[in-house]
Amino acid sequence: MTALLPQFRLAHPRSVSDAIATSQENAGSRFIAGGTDLIVNARHGLGKSSLLIDLSGIRELAEIRASDHGIRIGSMVSIAALTRDAATSQNYRAVKEAAEAIAGPGHRLMGTVGGNLCLDTRCIYYNQSEWWRRANGFCLKHGGDTCHVAPQGRRCHAAFAGDLAPAFLALRAEVEIAGASGCRRIPVGDLYVEDGSAHLTLAPDELIVAVVLPPNPPPSSYAKVRVRGAIDFPLAGVAVALAAANGVIQSLNIGLTGTNSRPFLLAGTDAIAGRPVDEKVLQQLDRLVQKQVQPMRTTIASAHYRRLAAAALACRLVASLSAAKEA
Amino acid sequence: MHIESERSAKRLVRLKVNGRWREDAVGQNELLVDYLREVARLTGVKTGCDGGECGACTVLIDGEAVPSCMVLAVRCEGRAVETVEGLLSQGRPSRLQQAFHEKLGAQCGFCTPGMIMAAEALLRRNPNPTDGEIRTALSGNLCRCTGYVKIVESVKTAAEMPS
Repeated sequence: MTALLPQFRLAHPRSVSDAIATSQENAGSRFIAGGTDLIVNARHGLGKSSLLIDLSGIRELAEIRASDHGIRIGSMVSIAALTRDAATSQNYRAVKEAAEAIAGPGHRLMGTVGGNLCLDTRCIYYNQSEWWRRANGFCLKHGGDTCHVAPQGRRCHAAFAGDLAPAFLALRAEVEIAGASGCRRIPVGDLYVEDGSAHLTLAPDELIVAVVLPPNPPPSSYAKVRVRGAIDFPLAGVAVALAAANGVIQSLNIGLTGTNSRPFLLAGTDAIAGRPVDEKVLQQLDRLVQKQVQPMRTTIASAHYRRLAAAALACRLVASLSAAKEA
Repeated sequence: MHIESERSAKRLVRLKVNGRWREDAVGQNELLVDYLREVARLTGVKTGCDGGECGACTVLIDGEAVPSCMVLAVRCEGRAVETVEGLLSQGRPSRLQQAFHEKLGAQCGFCTPGMIMAAEALLRRNPNPTDGEIRTALSGNLCRCTGYVKIVESVKTAAEMPS
């Protein structure tokens, strides 16, 4: 028999307002979407909750709608459904490529867009059995008071490792969030802060309803490096959206994941706009990425490798998008 | 909204397992893999990594291959679950089971039920898959013995057998 899950109850709301009301009435409850992250962590004694609010029965959350205002992807759309969506695949290539790179085929059937955006952060000192963590004195993220990655530091350095967030960041997407006080819409970047133990800005009774991608996106692409070719989180993941005309960069947005406690949009790419994609620009981009990523010793691969890999992926994607444009 | 009290931690769940409807009292925190092995006594479903990384526990839910160690049994209400035992027809092995036997797709055999169920889902939606499509479909399943070549051969052989 597998390791026992802690005792919990399940609630099955049929509407978003019902889900939020249930959350408000039950302190310490959590929303469950596909469960591919939550169940594994719960079995390790992480993120315990006495009530799980199952969002799978809320139909309105599982729709993809395309219009003149872009594409609105419901938070309970499965990763597999996202990879099959024609409008997303055609115009938002980075989103399709990121979705296809998530875990394995079975996980993509169960995992959801909202769940991938809300993935827990990961660390070799955190994603372990309770026995393992206890033997190590636990850690700052759960049950302990020291971050074993940076013992002198004051914060948790666990890394965010969702694949969709960088693609949404590069394509300037926004998330719709529902809560007790109504709906709000924020840029994807504002969903996160640089703190491995509390990286989401969502209130406990708030949930992501949808992701909205703006219309007429520039060409985009996503790539990641990982230890195993399937079912593996990114050691570093990069999404690039590049608008160019006659070989000259008009706008360049780069989203990064796997290196920091939050996914983030690379700052300083405006300075590259107006220049052609050449060796000099790529060298400048390489330095920019290496300066802003902050990989720590949270994976079995070294932080130095992840820093170099993030920069190399960014340069490679910019070069290939630029070449594809000219072809 | 109705939420069961702490005391009634179990819930009656009705689901179709290998073509037969059954109803069981299932713990709300019980995983499908444990339900299938311990309650339905279908031990062809294997518990491997215990964390969704190896695919040994792969079963079909409504025809789609998923790792059953990540699925809560109560979330399978009204759904059709198939395990490797369900592929037998009147005691005779299915095409995939026969092909894995003939082509030595199994060595220690622990990953085999999961491999066969992932391949079964593939062949139902794509009866003539390429090597690449087979490898993609099985990418969530680990084998530590065969090196995968014989497994891919087995799936190809099964696809070529008359159904």
